[in-house]
Amino acid sequence: MIAAFFDSITAMIVLTGALVGASAALLGTFLVLRGNAMLTDAISHSVVFGIVVVWMLTGVLSGPVQLIGAAVAGVLTVVLSELLARSRLVRMDAAIGLVFPALFAAGVILISVNAREVHIDVDTVLLGEIGFVWLDTVTLGGVRVPVAVATLAAVLAVNLIFVVALWKELKLATFDPGLAAALGLLPGALHYGLLGLTSVTAVAAFDAVGAILFIAFVIVPPATAFLLTRRLWWMVVLAMVLAVAAAAAGYALAVQWNVSIGGMMASMTGVWFALALVLAPERGLIAQGRQHRGARLDHDCRALVVHLLSHQDTPDAAEENTLRALTDHLRWPEARARATILRALDRGLIIRQGRLLALRPKGIAEAQSQFDRQSDRAAQDTPAR
Amino acid sequence: MTGLLSSQIVQTVVLGAALLGAISGMLGAFAVLRRQSLLGDALSHAALPGVCLGFLVAGGRDLGAVMAGAFLTGALAALSMMLIVRRTRLKTDAALGIVLSVYFAAGIVALTYVQASTGAASAGLSGFLFGQAAAILRGDLVVMATIGAAALALVLGLWKEFKLVSFDPGFARAQGLPVTVLEAALTVMVALAIVIGLQLVGVVLMVALLIAPAAAARQWTGTLGPMVALSSAIGAAAGAGGALISAGTRGLATGPVVVLIATAAVLVSLLFAPRRGVIAQAITARRARLRLGDDRVLAALQGLARSHDDPAYPAEQRMLETALGTRASPGQFAALERRGLIRPVQHPPETTPHWELTRAGHTEAETRADARATDRGRP
Repeated sequence: MIAAFFDSITAMIVLTGALVGASAALLGTFLVLRGNAMLTDAISHSVVFGIVVVWMLTGVLSGPVQLIGAAVAGVLTVVLSELLARSRLVRMDAAIGLVFPALFAAGVILISVNAREVHIDVDTVLLGEIGFVWLDTVTLGGVRVPVAVATLAAVLAVNLIFVVALWKELKLATFDPGLAAALGLLPGALHYGLLGLTSVTAVAAFDAVGAILFIAFVIVPPATAFLLTRRLWWMVVLAMVLAVAAAAAGYALAVQWNVSIGGMMASMTGVWFALALVLAPERGLIAQGRQHRGARLDHDCRALVVHLLSHQDTPDAAEENTLRALTDHLRWPEARARATILRALDRGLIIRQGRLLALRPKGIAEAQSQFDRQSDRAAQDTPAR
Repeated sequence: MTGLLSSQIVQTVVLGAALLGAISGMLGAFAVLRRQSLLGDALSHAALPGVCLGFLVAGGRDLGAVMAGAFLTGALAALSMMLIVRRTRLKTDAALGIVLSVYFAAGIVALTYVQASTGAASAGLSGFLFGQAAAILRGDLVVMATIGAAALALVLGLWKEFKLVSFDPGFARAQGLPVTVLEAALTVMVALAIVIGLQLVGVVLMVALLIAPAAAARQWTGTLGPMVALSSAIGAAAGAGGALISAGTRGLATGPVVVLIATAAVLVSLLFAPRRGVIAQAITARRARLRLGDDRVLAALQGLARSHDDPAYPAEQRMLETALGTRASPGQFAALERRGLIRPVQHPPETTPHWELTRAGHTEAETRADARATDRGRP
């Protein structure tokens, strides 16, 4: 049963993608919240350089030496960029954009030069070979498991331990680095710990999805979760779930359309993001539009009740307190006037008496509070002597 | 090498590469000054789906279609960026990362789709990932030169406006300039530079061709005009050099070579540029440190002379060093003596070295004290 699961090519590909997504999104949550998202871009590119250099030195393309060695290159990029920015000769954004392309270019050239001996080619660097992860297996407890799955599971476990064990510290360092430093929590060490683990994860994910698609898994699911919740732990869980869902849906669509599996998985994270951007219950574009419209209607309601109150019980009430007056005197478009009246009726502010609009007690109170606010403000504006 | 240069194909490639590098360098200067380096990265990755789209629509490698497609998705990416930054609480860098990775992923999907559906016809497509200057045709040069000339005309025509928007958008707005339009125009031109540069360095490394020449040029000059010109020149040199090297080596993509050359230019500039360069700064700092040390010795000697009412008061060297808190560098007293500011004296029965201020030394000490007072008075 277990062996059958691990022998299924489909299950292994999806599992690999899910492990990449979960371990990337777990760390990505903190990177996105800390405003370090683009460092992932730098790290995942320079990891290519690290992988080639470690391969040239040791002859291995995977395993712990490769994981650590290549991850050093990732952290090195960040350190170099920060050094360069601190020299004040170039700004941070330009520093990032100078360091990682250089390392990445060097990595690509080294691959091209050694193309005959090394079995990674330039396309793999970008795309990964998630479709072939099941070819390279290792026997664990009597079950043949793909190497990529075993490595990624180990990396996910390390990431989980890091986040769970340092939860409080990470949370504080993310939202209030000043306080974290004052409490002696070493936000700097956490920063590099986080980036170091991101580099390790990038190396582990490299075979599966390549250098650039990894960025999608780090940044996009956490950003999507950010639109859906305000709670940190819920954001972490949601980001991981979204990443895993993207891996599964991406595989299905990639097979359907015969396109790059890794590319489709990463594209699905973008689809989730677009959906959340439009539909998120409180902060989505639709919800924002509705809130905006509601606020405008309420504002018009206030204007309406003030207008009605100021003409109530006056001779011209019969003329002023009607729909006609709103369109003719206040110059509201017909639709706006009707929508406002409906809203005011719904809120129990006014009542129709034939053509006449009359205030209900709630409407009088609302209008009165507007007048009170006005006179309060006038009192404040008058300098006290 | 001369044999290589005389070939007409190589001439085309080198000329095209130099042209592309010059345009990217010119427009990159504005991107760097406006701190939009990473926007360039995002837009260049976002060009990939457009490249595939252009390929699909034209049914082959037609430069015009490919460029139009790349420009279209690049513009779409810039709009997505703006939407995310304005309508969500996500930070700019997260928005950049989202746009970069999602558009690139879509591009990879499109790339594999095109490759699977059109077969051999799409052979030139992967050249857009890492650049393939060798694929530049004579006809392409006309397209590039036209776009380049348009960009140049726009930069020259709106020079004053672009300059103001790059350095002080708030002031530009107060002056009544249409800042949003100008910023959009600059972003569009960055997208244009990317679209033109795709051939040469590819979508992945395009950001370096935008940033590196500008960052290098910035070190040598503090004036916009020379910076843009120098940035273009460095871009052109990197482009031409990269194209030559990669044309002469089998299986070597152009992009990485161009990027490494441009990066080398940055390194050289960071180290050796006058005034801003690391070495120049170190020399300036060392001079200032030495001068400060000299000033303190002179001031201490003068102070002692005044408090003893003896212009030629002999002060013991070790005592001076202790009083100043540090051991003076070995040659410091000798150097001051050579400048005629102090002279060694004997102070029997002591045998240790003593120094007194000369007349010139007194004058120098006063001048320096006045200069320091003026410095302090400065806001």
